[in-house]
Amino acid sequence: MPLTDPRPLLLANARLIDPADGTDRPGSLLIEGGVIRDQGTELRPDSLPDGTETIDCEGRVVAPGLVDMRCFVGEPGYEYRETIASATKAAAAGGVTTIVCQPSTEPVIDDPAIVDFLLRRARDTGIVRVHPMAALTKKLAGREMTEFGLLKAAGAVAFTDGARSVTDALVMRRAMTYARDFDALIVHHTEDPNLIGEGVMNEGEFSSRLGLGGIPVEAETIMLERDMRLVKLTGARYHAASITCRDSLAIIARAKNEGLPVTAAVTVNHLTLNENDIGSYRTFCKLSPPLRTEDDRLALADAVADGLVDIVVSDHDPQDVETKRLPFAEAAPGAVGVETMLPAALRLHHAGLVPLPALLKSLSTAPAKLLGLPGGTLARGAPADLVVIDLDEPWVLDRDDLHSKCKNSPFDEARMTGRVVRTLVAGRTVHG
Amino acid sequence: MTSAPSSFVLNRRHLLGIEGLSPQEITGLLDLAEEFVTLNRQVEKKRTTLRGRTQINLFFEASTRTQSSFELAGKRLGADVMNMSVAQSSIKKGETLIDTALTLNAMHPDILIMRHAASGAVELLSKKVDCSVVNAGDGTHEHPTQALLDALTIRRNKGRLERLTVAICGDILHSRVARSNIILLNAMQARVRAIGPSTLLPAAAERLGVEVYRDMQEGLKDVDIVMMLRLQRERMNGSFVPSVQEYFHFYGLDEAKLRYAKPDALVMHPGPMNRGVEISTSVADGAQSLIREQVEMGVAVRMAVLEALARNLPNA
Repeated sequence: MPLTDPRPLLLANARLIDPADGTDRPGSLLIEGGVIRDQGTELRPDSLPDGTETIDCEGRVVAPGLVDMRCFVGEPGYEYRETIASATKAAAAGGVTTIVCQPSTEPVIDDPAIVDFLLRRARDTGIVRVHPMAALTKKLAGREMTEFGLLKAAGAVAFTDGARSVTDALVMRRAMTYARDFDALIVHHTEDPNLIGEGVMNEGEFSSRLGLGGIPVEAETIMLERDMRLVKLTGARYHAASITCRDSLAIIARAKNEGLPVTAAVTVNHLTLNENDIGSYRTFCKLSPPLRTEDDRLALADAVADGLVDIVVSDHDPQDVETKRLPFAEAAPGAVGVETMLPAALRLHHAGLVPLPALLKSLSTAPAKLLGLPGGTLARGAPADLVVIDLDEPWVLDRDDLHSKCKNSPFDEARMTGRVVRTLVAGRTVHG
Repeated sequence: MTSAPSSFVLNRRHLLGIEGLSPQEITGLLDLAEEFVTLNRQVEKKRTTLRGRTQINLFFEASTRTQSSFELAGKRLGADVMNMSVAQSSIKKGETLIDTALTLNAMHPDILIMRHAASGAVELLSKKVDCSVVNAGDGTHEHPTQALLDALTIRRNKGRLERLTVAICGDILHSRVARSNIILLNAMQARVRAIGPSTLLPAAAERLGVEVYRDMQEGLKDVDIVMMLRLQRERMNGSFVPSVQEYFHFYGLDEAKLRYAKPDALVMHPGPMNRGVEISTSVADGAQSLIREQVEMGVAVRMAVLEALARNLPNA
């Protein structure tokens, strides 16, 4: 990012939606020195600082930039799939101003020196903010906890084994116990690998018809239920990285009613697609955890609307030809998504399933708050990390237009309504 | 010390733990031990109060300082001391603890000193023999003579135990030293704090009579005595704590952390130390360290325990 501050900028004639305080009103927003200096309906041109540049938003939405807390970047080790440069370009194009990258790299982010390396690379090559999660266990092996204290001090915002579950309950218990001392957030992928077995998609009629191995929802719910008991035992802050089914919602609801420090996320894929989208073995729809039924999808959307599910993530996972152009069972799971997260999520708004403020909250305010990051709000003094959205522009996604190095999007050729017009990080336009 | 010699008698057959000892008994043992501190600094260190008695040191766990300390204590009091270590014992050949006890009992020992890796093993054995039994450490339960020698060391340096604030730091979960110290210090009206990561604290630690702290800076504030505990190597690589580096960074006692305590705070460690893990060399060897004095007090306290028990043994 360039070092000199740009001149003051006024986003005029906007629809300001701030999920942090629940406001949704017409107004203008003044940016100076990388932060939001002022905002509201009362901003008059004669009260602006000298040299203020004005952008007419023509009534479009101005909201806090998105915070994607589950985004795989290939650095270090898998630069051929994604670099910080390409991932942050894709993020900027998608209105995402902060990405939280995952530790499943080579080497694994389980050492403070690697956190430090990543933050330096992000500073030098990224155009949006990048915060790493560190590994929960050394080498993601599920056996020994990592240095939560030193890693957190180095800049790790949470601890996760990425798309792996810690199957050993004693290891998880001790990690949670230790994490609590450092107020470290544990983010866990809840899928029991033993119950997954040979499964590659949701277990049910459709998997039977396709002749593919099924993954029962119990692979998720048993692990999630175990974790809730361990949270109760240890008091650790816990976030379910990606839940996919109605039964898991009941578990989260019960834990929250008990007052446990628990949050949950769902991926935008599970909110907008279901197992039928696999169609005739489309490997771009092979995900981990798998797409579930339409009933599950609708339940998840309801849960985002009422706040039971706190956060929506992209689960951005670049995979290319060599891992995707394979028979379904042999293909790698994962989909790119950081760039399409917002337009895809807007489907829920247009379908009347999730009100816009609740949707934007799950995409920005809630993850920022959970991770202790300063964004996710339009409040005065907050960083000017912003997205300008045209809610109604129709367009068709061409995967070759994506900025990511990999093009494995389940939304290829999909019709979208609404897109990102401009993205600003610290007051600078990084897209649009 | 010019007062009359102590005639204190420990009016019980065994010393299995600090639990159950009255403040008077603890004080009696410490006063008696003071006499042996004086004796041990003389050229003529021998007494004859245990002459004719047989003391067996039965150590199922390796020990250098405790076993040699008990051996020296028994010999200075005139007992015949036999060391039985695991390597030579029938346990290796499959004999049960009870059979070993009955075998030894048939040799008519007067005092059995025992250490075992299982909590409660010493008490179990004490029920099967006719002699006195002294617990030299059972599992993660108690190590009463260590707590007594620590108390003697503190009392000699601070003049008292009551109203002192003592912080016990580190692996309290696995420490019999910590348990015995917590009981003794509470009985003597000292304030006890436990400082360590939650993974190394026992369940319901507050109920054991300690204030629990997870942070050294907070926990060491206004502390008179900092008692460090040994962290076993197999527990510091990700199972209970992530690594030696992280443990030392947050919980190792170095000069910077010691400054959080009172300026005249004193540092103790039951040994053997892991320098650079739970304690830095500069603190271990520094002016505030009592670590070597603890070893000296160990012999005196064990002489006091043996003598106080022997005074209660039948003479016929």
